[in-house]
Amino acid sequence: MSTAPAAPAAGGRAGMKKELSEHFKAYKGVWVFMEIERGVVHPVSFELLGEGRKLADQLGVELAGVVLGPAGDGTNHAIAETFAYGADLVYLMEDPLLADYRNEPFSKGLTDLVNTYKPEILLLGATTLGRDLAGSVATTLLTGLTADCTELAVDADKSLAATRPTFGGSLLCTIYTLNFRPQMATVRPRVMSMPARQDKPIGKIVSHPLNMAEEDIVTKILEFVADRQTGKVNLAYADIVVAGGLGLGAVENMQLVKNLAAALGAEYGCSRPIVQKGWMPAERQIGQTGKTIRPKLYIAAGISGAIQHRVGVEGADLIVAVNTDRNAPIFDFAHVGLVTDAIRFLPALTEAFTRRLSPHNRDRLAG
Amino acid sequence: MHIVVCIKQVPDSAQIRVHPVTNTIMRQGVPTIINPYDLFALEEALRLRDTHGGEVTVLTMGPPMAEDSLRKALTYGADRAVLLTDRFFAGSDTLATSYALAAAIAKIGEVFGEPEIVFTGKQTIDGDTAQVGPGIAKRQNLLQLTYVSKIRELKLDAGKITVERRAEGGIQVLETRLPVLITMLEGTNDMRRGSMADALRAARAEVVTWSAKDAGIEDILKCGLRGSPTVVKRVFAPSPRAEKAEQIELQPAAIDTADALIAEIFGRLPALETELVELHETL
Repeated sequence: MSTAPAAPAAGGRAGMKKELSEHFKAYKGVWVFMEIERGVVHPVSFELLGEGRKLADQLGVELAGVVLGPAGDGTNHAIAETFAYGADLVYLMEDPLLADYRNEPFSKGLTDLVNTYKPEILLLGATTLGRDLAGSVATTLLTGLTADCTELAVDADKSLAATRPTFGGSLLCTIYTLNFRPQMATVRPRVMSMPARQDKPIGKIVSHPLNMAEEDIVTKILEFVADRQTGKVNLAYADIVVAGGLGLGAVENMQLVKNLAAALGAEYGCSRPIVQKGWMPAERQIGQTGKTIRPKLYIAAGISGAIQHRVGVEGADLIVAVNTDRNAPIFDFAHVGLVTDAIRFLPALTEAFTRRLSPHNRDRLAG
Repeated sequence: MHIVVCIKQVPDSAQIRVHPVTNTIMRQGVPTIINPYDLFALEEALRLRDTHGGEVTVLTMGPPMAEDSLRKALTYGADRAVLLTDRFFAGSDTLATSYALAAAIAKIGEVFGEPEIVFTGKQTIDGDTAQVGPGIAKRQNLLQLTYVSKIRELKLDAGKITVERRAEGGIQVLETRLPVLITMLEGTNDMRRGSMADALRAARAEVVTWSAKDAGIEDILKCGLRGSPTVVKRVFAPSPRAEKAEQIELQPAAIDTADALIAEIFGRLPALETELVELHETL
């Protein structure tokens, strides 16, 4: 099922060359792969359109959304939303085989589109779908792919400068794909802000066939078991998040975080070491390798604030840090800090919030 | 049945420190471990072998010291270890890494028997890209099953496998044909304690060590820095925010400090207080 790249990449030494080959100079435009699962566009695709818009404007090129799906209402809606979030045009591949994600038809479809219409930049969400797809497509195209970027920029010679955490999130690095096109990057949900939606008419649509039959696809979907909505963790999109770190000292103190979250109607989470200790499940992890969050309020208790954590929370409107160590890195990026022992402070904060927010108390105070 | 498990030796991330002045990683004395995500792949492979018979080969690409991780994998019960090591591999990005590993897997197939399954972890803790698994699959023309949370059924005679795959919003149950590449999700099993017999065997076992040439790689321009389309231009520490965190002064009673903090929070986010009050009224 592999699809050959449109042209063989020039010899391996090309990685060192300064000048982009003539073949790759024809690659123009910024593309965002629109992730649609079960008829719903993943919000990360809109976040990427917002980021792609900035890159396209700096490069003076068009921003395109790439929509792969079955003909019908779901896909039509996705196309309309792609324009509403800023795309100039849509590359559309409509086929019943694209109803549910499978690697084989999607990687062939996206690879064919790239080889035909030649974008210089291709962005995908760093979701389970996006990562499954991006790795296959980049390998087939023999081009560079930078995972989990936290910042995308266009530099002086119009190359994509993709910044991401490195060394397990202890430092940041900026990565270029100098001599190959497209320059591919994935970005995790919530890392980029959601752009404003504007009602716009449907613009230019370029349709392209998949040219596959079901018999060509080996992998079959036997069943899809949707996650139960009740009790599902939705850290990434929560308005308030309370999280605990190693400073809480013991597994039983995770309850202090949960209590404060409950008082605020908030989601709770933790730093990476807490998951490694088994004190909270992996789905609660906040940071580069866990969830990226953009809440209005983030309260970090006993978290030192390693870079890999920082990149996961920097989008919060207000970061409050409670830590005994006044030199902890978290105070370098928190807005409000408190140097104290979170184990003793969290119950007081929970009590104070509860009292302040209780309607009974408010009435009495007002009266 | 033959299963190949790709593992990576990584620095124990909990021990990594960044030099405060030079902003470089202080590697001295940082212990190395098998990438924790790879252990779920290894354990799953060992379980399949225990049920269906056959052999598990562990493979890693890395410096000579990566042999330690392979030996560790042998103590868990892997049958054979292959170390792919060569200076030509230095500086490999994920495309060059998947090229080299795919070549080594092809060679393992020739020498020790074609694998029905190639396993990797979901990602590494140092690179965190999750790209090498899909890269190997594409290079080796294997079907790919990523983020697998459970192997439901393996029918060797029919050459079929059924798995549960973590997808956005739910679990996909997928059936496909062997040979296949599987990236295993974390938390799906518990790594066994190796037996004493395995520990003794691991200590004496010979780790198969291959250079690029030994693995049948003819085009070394596809390896290492030269075979990597991506280039790291800059490594840096993020700068602190312009203004430091505003510190809330401690009061003798924690409850008073809490009130002061809440006043600061709602002073900065007045709309949030309104929302929260409304929320509490509906409770």
